[in-house]
Amino acid sequence: MGQMETLKESSTGITKKKMRISGSEAVILSLLEEGVDTVFGYPGGAIMPIYDALYGYKEQLNHYLVRHEQGAAHAAQGYARVTGKVGVCFATSGPGATNLMTGIADAQIDSTPIVCITGQVVAHLLGTDAFQESDILGISMPITKWNFQVTKAEEIPAAIARAFYIAKTGRPGPVLIDITKNAQSAELDFEYTPCKKIRSYHPYPVIQDKDIMDAAKVINNAKKPFLLSGHGVLISGAEKAVLALSEKANIPVASTLLGLSSFPPDHPNYVGYLGMHGNYAPNVLTNECDVLIAIGMRFDDRVTGDVNQYAKKAKVVHIEIDPAEIDKIIKTEVAINADANQALECLLPYINKADHSEWINEFRKLDKIEYDKVIKNDLYPTSDKIKMGEVVRLISEISKGEAIVVTDVGQHQMIANRYYKYKKPNHIVTSGGLGTMGFALPAAMGAQIGKMKEKVISIAGDGGFQMTLQELGTIFQYNIPVKIVVLNNNFLGMVRQWQQLFFKKRYSFTEMTNPDFIKIADGYGIVANRVEQREDLEKALQTMYDHDGPYFLEVKVEMEENVFPMVPSGDSVSNIRLE
Amino acid sequence: MTDIYQDSPEQLGEKQYTISILTEDKPGLLNTVTIVFTRRKLNIDMINVSASEVAGVSRYTIVLTTTKDQVEKVVKQIRKHVDVLGAFVYEEDAIHYQEIALYKVPTEIFMDSVEVEQIVRANNARILVIERDYTVIEKTGHKEETSALFNTLKKYGVLEFVRSGRIAVSKSKRKTEAYLEELENSTTHSLYNNNGTVK
Repeated sequence: MGQMETLKESSTGITKKKMRISGSEAVILSLLEEGVDTVFGYPGGAIMPIYDALYGYKEQLNHYLVRHEQGAAHAAQGYARVTGKVGVCFATSGPGATNLMTGIADAQIDSTPIVCITGQVVAHLLGTDAFQESDILGISMPITKWNFQVTKAEEIPAAIARAFYIAKTGRPGPVLIDITKNAQSAELDFEYTPCKKIRSYHPYPVIQDKDIMDAAKVINNAKKPFLLSGHGVLISGAEKAVLALSEKANIPVASTLLGLSSFPPDHPNYVGYLGMHGNYAPNVLTNECDVLIAIGMRFDDRVTGDVNQYAKKAKVVHIEIDPAEIDKIIKTEVAINADANQALECLLPYINKADHSEWINEFRKLDKIEYDKVIKNDLYPTSDKIKMGEVVRLISEISKGEAIVVTDVGQHQMIANRYYKYKKPNHIVTSGGLGTMGFALPAAMGAQIGKMKEKVISIAGDGGFQMTLQELGTIFQYNIPVKIVVLNNNFLGMVRQWQQLFFKKRYSFTEMTNPDFIKIADGYGIVANRVEQREDLEKALQTMYDHDGPYFLEVKVEMEENVFPMVPSGDSVSNIRLE
Repeated sequence: MTDIYQDSPEQLGEKQYTISILTEDKPGLLNTVTIVFTRRKLNIDMINVSASEVAGVSRYTIVLTTTKDQVEKVVKQIRKHVDVLGAFVYEEDAIHYQEIALYKVPTEIFMDSVEVEQIVRANNARILVIERDYTVIEKTGHKEETSALFNTLKKYGVLEFVRSGRIAVSKSKRKTEAYLEELENSTTHSLYNNNGTVK
């Protein structure tokens, strides 16, 4: 115990000299060495020694007991996305670890740095179908950036050092470290050295001068350049550089779903958001531009629609840190394989000033059409029932765009991402690539813990909310002041919309009979309210926003509302429908 | 019954590529390499994994029939794995390659005539072991050559036939050790070997 006390005292920069401690304590100390102060997790048989060690470090390491391991993974993601730090979660072997997988897959496809530490049965039982044994290394292999099984205590510090280095560098992603119970219990001489280099791993490619020159030439010769700003811009902190490029060469900028908040939405060069339910102008004019500058994005099929009819008039300049993304979907004229910010810093001096105001005006003309046909009615509807768009507009107005909005997946997600007027980078968090229903509540919880001074609003539909609503328990237990909005249309709305448009209105298993959400929130001790009438909406949202502590608000919205614009799946982006 | 197998390679504009991979020698690496193929429903024609001339480094040789576009994407995905040191794709004319085949035949077929012995000689094969009941013939060569010998021996009764995956060396003069050293000091590496013909 005396030894532990010494370690605790020295735990900020800590543990220079070798100390004889257990593997479990080494896990905790390694996390402290990496600057971790928050962990989301759930204990169980095979990770009990680590939880026992954690008990001695409750002051330094805030552990949040989630209600399901999927919640731990999403919370770690939400935490990582708003803080830029690595999110950490713990789970036990077998079902504990398999429950993490959805969050890990989500983190992988949305480039989110998380480190998952799972317990595993004792080494000599591996492969014997022991109690709560499953092949977590095998299961997580295709959905992690790196994974590793520790079977000896001595391996722990190096494995964790490597895990953090890999998770946060280059294109970030999830790492899983599976630690057998014997390695947790055994002792080692602990010494921590952060990982700075792996010979087989080169996270930051060196910029080639030729690529910069070639890109500058293509951009300088453009008549109708168009810049797409992706998640990579936020990850590399290239927001200012993108802004500078856009302003210098007068280039219109659109954002991908994950790239939202990488460019100020009220800037005259901002033309909206791309993709299936994105804005009208950027989708249509993708097929008119002569140079497409794609930064930190991967041409997801929800962005491109039919690739054979995508940006056919354009030379493509792709700035991307992951070489496997270059030429994967869209063939490039010039590729700069590099960190977005570094690449833009090199590129900017070679970019000529230009005036493309006529070209930008083309976007504005289409914006007008979208406003008249879609946006006006979404934001200021005259229907009897409340529409999702007006809820998001009011949230935007009440929060002045200062709140962090975390969305789930479906119609409300598209609406929230279309209409929330965020003011700062990383103030809109969503599950993009994987489209994980159930993401919002736990991710918002993690985001709130990462940014306790900011307001965090979770927006979910009635379907997605019920996939992870047990995290209300976590929110209650730790009094996490997240604001929870459920837009309830008693339908799996997006699927219903597709059934209406593409499956002859055969509403196969999309209608939901929901519980009394207010009672549920009330059962968890969370202040709750329900709104059904438009005249009550603003006040209800304001009350929620001003509430000190967690708050649940159910908004009953129009049952059969559709999200437009919409690029029908597999169609060209220029065939985007407004109705 | 619908045929669940795909169209012939020629119909799809496919050809055979050899992928050469260097990885750290760690458990599970084979799995991480092969799931790249599994996920894209690509069938590996041949695979050979073994220690390279550099301690702690494994070399994989994988033969795949696919399109150029697909093989390039696969190699990029393989390279993306943290413990992969390098991966290169070659068309046939950029490598020297060989396979080895073993044929287990009844020893008595050598007793009745000299035919089999002549076949062994003519095919540049050799006798590996002779047991009372069986004899093992060994032949190295390309698949067509080892298959041809199998077809010739078939009528004498082949008890067992096994052929290895391809092993290949590039026509480049670069030493593996030099490559690894370069890797230690560099931060980027090209998708193609300096003598690779692809691209």
